Amino acid sequence: MKQINDETSPLEKTLKSNQKGPKFNFKRTKKKKMESGYENGMGYLFISPFIIGTVALTLFPILYSLYLSFNEANLVGGNTWIGLGNYKEMFTSDPMFWKAMEVTFLYAGTAVPIRLVFALLVALALNKVVEMVGVYRTLLYLPSIVGGSIGVSIMWRQLFGNDGAFNGVLSSVGLPTHSWLGDPGTAIWTLVVLYGWQFGSSMLIFLAGLRNIPRTYYEASEVDGARPIQQFFKITVPMLTPVILFNTIMQVIQGFMAFTPSFVITNGGPMNSTLLYVLYMYKQAFQFFSMGYASALAWVMLLIIAIFTALIFKSSERWVHYDN
Amino acid sequence: MEYKTKKKIKKITQHLVLGTFTLIMLYPLVWMLGSSFKESSEVFVDAHAIFPESWKFSNYVEGWEGFAGITFTTFYKNTFIIVIISTVGSIFSSALIAYGFARIPFRGKKLWFVIMMLTMMLPFEMTMIPQYIMFNWFGWIDTYLPLILPTFFGIPFFIFLIMQFIRTIPKELDQAARIDGCNTFSIFTRIILPLVVPALMTSAIFSFYWRWDDFMAPLIYLQTPEKYPVSLALKLFSDPEAVTNWGAMFAMTSLSLLPIIVIFFIFQRYIVEGISTSGLKG
Repeated sequence: MKQINDETSPLEKTLKSNQKGPKFNFKRTKKKKMESGYENGMGYLFISPFIIGTVALTLFPILYSLYLSFNEANLVGGNTWIGLGNYKEMFTSDPMFWKAMEVTFLYAGTAVPIRLVFALLVALALNKVVEMVGVYRTLLYLPSIVGGSIGVSIMWRQLFGNDGAFNGVLSSVGLPTHSWLGDPGTAIWTLVVLYGWQFGSSMLIFLAGLRNIPRTYYEASEVDGARPIQQFFKITVPMLTPVILFNTIMQVIQGFMAFTPSFVITNGGPMNSTLLYVLYMYKQAFQFFSMGYASALAWVMLLIIAIFTALIFKSSERWVHYDN
Repeated sequence: MEYKTKKKIKKITQHLVLGTFTLIMLYPLVWMLGSSFKESSEVFVDAHAIFPESWKFSNYVEGWEGFAGITFTTFYKNTFIIVIISTVGSIFSSALIAYGFARIPFRGKKLWFVIMMLTMMLPFEMTMIPQYIMFNWFGWIDTYLPLILPTFFGIPFFIFLIMQFIRTIPKELDQAARIDGCNTFSIFTRIILPLVVPALMTSAIFSFYWRWDDFMAPLIYLQTPEKYPVSLALKLFSDPEAVTNWGAMFAMTSLSLLPIIVIFFIFQRYIVEGISTSGLKG
């Protein structure tokens, strides 16, 4: 950390700190000089809602959930300490846990890349078009804006139902129809398609990223005789990597946490082929009231997400390019 | 001349491809809207047709009657209560917290900021079970408190968004106000708040969306059907085992998306900017 010279006047300090612009930058000069008692108090007063909320609604619950995961717990009775019992059961004698893992990894592993690739391709296409970009952008964003809604999940169930629109389209062009939601081999793919369909907000983030690439880079490379393909891999992709990193992390978390679609469209069936992890956790907690076991499930998923996020961050040192 | 025609053909192809793609993406939504005007008997014959043979507008009236004697008037009223209170609460508290983080130097700020960024990535599902047990201790099950109260402690996404906005305001403004006799709190209310209205709008719109779509929290906390918001009511209303009036089911499903779409078209600018600048999820 570079410290600003002590001799500079307070005004200069403020000016300098202003020049830094919108970044996470809490560099200060001499701590004691800047933070008066009054300001310390004021600072804590302003962020006090956040502190109270975090302690009461995040820190305490997450620690309590860790404690619960070592217990046999239900809602009404007391908790019985069973040590690693829940975890042991999960890994050694619960085939449903493994099924849920398998389904969730299949789902997140396909749905997230599909959404991101889709979002990137459409953003690239929109970035090329000059006219009516606003109209396309708005209309293509629409699925994303309604997508989290229960109404869309209900619609999806009808869309891929036996007598649904998708089979209707297939039979009208002479293709065989299929029981998409009834077949354990295809049900999960209807959920993957639903996730991919909502590529809109990722597309907007990519589009904003594309707009931020200085035009001069392309012009300069054109003068040097670069072809469009080269420009794409040497300018566009590297410049977009910070946005890709951000999108990937958010989408991976969202993908692992998916609940509503599988709950509404298939309720985990047929034959548990769409039993997403959070749905399994929900069933353990709120249908069987095994709060201890469900907490252990939550902690395992939390660790998985943490590991994935850390891995993505770690790998980003190699592939993310920061311009300045 | 030749160059011009070539360019024109390229442009037409572009629009043809993009236009077709857009139509395919929108087909499910348009199809749902079309089906909401179909006779129940027509819903499964020629299921993929967008336009009904005869328009049955009464689907909406029949659907509005709801189930178990509770009409959708109740469900919409419940949703609006939850949405409005929690939106107001989350916006005001988030602005307050954002100001503290963005403008006041205090000890331990960095630590709290890191904690905030971490909670931003922590999914609700991870704290859901212990929170449920906690609210159960308080006797808050089957009330709106578990749905509303947590929003009063600030939403990390909004705090971050408003912070980014506050940073663009010159600090000289604060200093001038202080010289004129403003204290920290009145600088916040008189100088900063009016200037961050766009960020507050964006936050409010997203808060509206998230609360409107919220399904899991009402599902675990609410038990009495009279207290159900639209999302939860719709799930029961549309259960395949229970539905007989398919047209009405499509009607209520379409209607539940209407507020989202209307707000989207009115406030599009704020939404697009919000997503582009902070990466809020839609």
